[in-house]
Amino acid sequence: MPEEQWTLVVKPKNSWFDLHLKDVWHYRDLVAMFVKRDFISAYKQTVLGPLWFIIQPLCATYLFLFVFSSIAHLSTGNIPGVLFYLSGLTVWNYFSTCFNKTSVTFVSNSTLFGKVYFPRLVSPISTIISTLVTFLIQFLLFLGFLAYYVIFNGLQLQLSPYLLLLPYLVLLMGLLALGSGIIISSLTTKYRDLTNLVAFGVQFLMFLTTVVYVLPSAGKKRALFLANPMTAIIESFRYAFFPTGNFNWHQLAYSSIFTLVILFIGILLFNRTEKSFMDTV
Amino acid sequence: MKDTVIRVENLSKQYRLGMVGTGTLSHDLKRWWYSVRGKEDPFLKVGEANKRDVKGEGDYVWALRNINFEVKKGEVLGIIGKNGAGKSTLLKILSRITSPTTGEFKVKGRIASLLEVGTGFHPELTGRENIFLNGAILGMTKSEIRSKFDEIVAFSGVERYIDTPVKRYSSGMYVRLAFAVAAHLEPEILIIDEVLAVGDAEFQKKCLGKMKDVAGQGRTVLFVSHNMTAVKSLCPNSILIKQGEIVKTGTSADVIDAYLNDERQVDFEKEWKLNDAPGNDKVRMLKAKVSSPGSKQTDTLTVESEIELEFIFQNLTQLNNINLSTYFCGLDDFVIFATTSKVVERSNGLLKFTCRVPARFLNAMMYKIDVLYVSDSSVVHSFTHCLQFEIEETERKGSYWFGKWPGVIRPSLNWQETEIKEQNLTMKKAENA
Repeated sequence: MPEEQWTLVVKPKNSWFDLHLKDVWHYRDLVAMFVKRDFISAYKQTVLGPLWFIIQPLCATYLFLFVFSSIAHLSTGNIPGVLFYLSGLTVWNYFSTCFNKTSVTFVSNSTLFGKVYFPRLVSPISTIISTLVTFLIQFLLFLGFLAYYVIFNGLQLQLSPYLLLLPYLVLLMGLLALGSGIIISSLTTKYRDLTNLVAFGVQFLMFLTTVVYVLPSAGKKRALFLANPMTAIIESFRYAFFPTGNFNWHQLAYSSIFTLVILFIGILLFNRTEKSFMDTV
Repeated sequence: MKDTVIRVENLSKQYRLGMVGTGTLSHDLKRWWYSVRGKEDPFLKVGEANKRDVKGEGDYVWALRNINFEVKKGEVLGIIGKNGAGKSTLLKILSRITSPTTGEFKVKGRIASLLEVGTGFHPELTGRENIFLNGAILGMTKSEIRSKFDEIVAFSGVERYIDTPVKRYSSGMYVRLAFAVAAHLEPEILIIDEVLAVGDAEFQKKCLGKMKDVAGQGRTVLFVSHNMTAVKSLCPNSILIKQGEIVKTGTSADVIDAYLNDERQVDFEKEWKLNDAPGNDKVRMLKAKVSSPGSKQTDTLTVESEIELEFIFQNLTQLNNINLSTYFCGLDDFVIFATTSKVVERSNGLLKFTCRVPARFLNAMMYKIDVLYVSDSSVVHSFTHCLQFEIEETERKGSYWFGKWPGVIRPSLNWQETEIKEQNLTMKKAENA
């Protein structure tokens, strides 16, 4: 008798590499619907709507300007302070928002996940995409300030070919945030202790990038900054607009490989967790 | 021979009771240490049968144990059992929400589950947007939903509000829309849990009809319900789960009989200490009792005896305008009649309610009593199955018929029997003319 053809076999422990990624593709319409849901529900019944996404980085920029430039006298290189901080924050905000949101995937979706099956990866993926809207708004803000400086303050702007790298940088950040976020969310379903660390950790991580200071030219500090995969992304972003930054293909390659590894580990852990997290969440 | 589309083999599910804390961590470490050395999980050997009302010793409980069954293509299978028997756990495993502890199951075809109506509905989105969102969550593609959109809207009957956010919907409209989406799913295998317990009678009828259609189209359905009538009318075959194990499979009529007979235990009197009394933080039930005050036998209630129900409650906070709604139900949970007490204006202490049912009113059968504790017109707590008792037949006086008395009550009504003489009848006719 021929072996029967089953479309699905569920066992207590499947192989680590049984990832069902094809299922995620099958549910791509759901990703689109989640993105739409996030977008609509974010603005309904707020008077200022998307304006909030502008106010937040503006406040942070002026705060940094006050603390790090005026009081601590930290250099921002040849880039005007406002543009320096704003560019760093725009990039960093995308990463940290994605990371914060995806790191609570299981906990915040537990009611939905407890009632219906779909590949759980759909949720964090749609978060990464819907946060792009916020990023675009903040990016436009940055472009606005850039234009102001070019027109009124005589800032020299040269269109560099590295601008073409921007979509890749955004993708890289999204995947890095996705990977690290789902690792955290997988680890926190049972023991919530890590959640306390995450909020603090993200802030800590920001000060290990070049959001608020120029990359040191040498020494241990430089190595420490460069070990953070976000540093190369922020530096590349700045380099696309200002010719006086640090850009290095090696560092970008390092960030890319780091992202892939994190993403891979994340997907493995996430798949492991999604099968039984309902019992422990 | 028909194709088997679901095969469940030795499926078991173990749960750990209590809180996740440091104890869990030490167990996890032990489990990990065993797996490193290639040994079997030590906690699989422990664990108790799934008895909800018995206080157990260990931390582990088997919600399901060694479940085996097969479902053929196009079969509509009912799954019945008491609350906590493991039905929902089984459905959760089959719909891949959680994974089994041991054993496995195999499925042929696309599977969709409906454990709740309106899963993932977002209050801010309009009806139209929610149809697409909910459909996508249930596994439909956008084009599938678009092609069925008009049908879904027509079935739901909320056409007029389709572009209004669902948070403005009445709960009935919400449920209608949600069920309409679910009803138009077209998976090969559909798993349904108690979703019929929603909506008004008319809509429930519509849902049942729709489910019959689904079953008629040759799709495989697993249906979990407490509604025996629905199970009987929808599912030719059923399985009965008790304490995590399958105790009976067969035709629905047989399985339901077995289930109801199993329920046939009698609770004449129940008393609780305040700490483990049923209820919530506002009110606890300390005592529930049924007796026949006039009769000498205390262990039997007969159709000839007056029946007294007695309930004692402890109010934990001050409640106003309290009354008690008491439902007399049959074993199938169908409410035969309901009766309410008078209103107590205010109480924050002990309250006793008694109620007398006249003799020769109830029929000879099993009754279950549900009690709703109501304050200011809203239910504070509903105590289901407080009491269960059987009214016994006595010797029928002046009757030569000994068969089962039909009906769910047997009130003795005021009959007048008068013999009419033919002479009188003709006289009346003459007067009228």
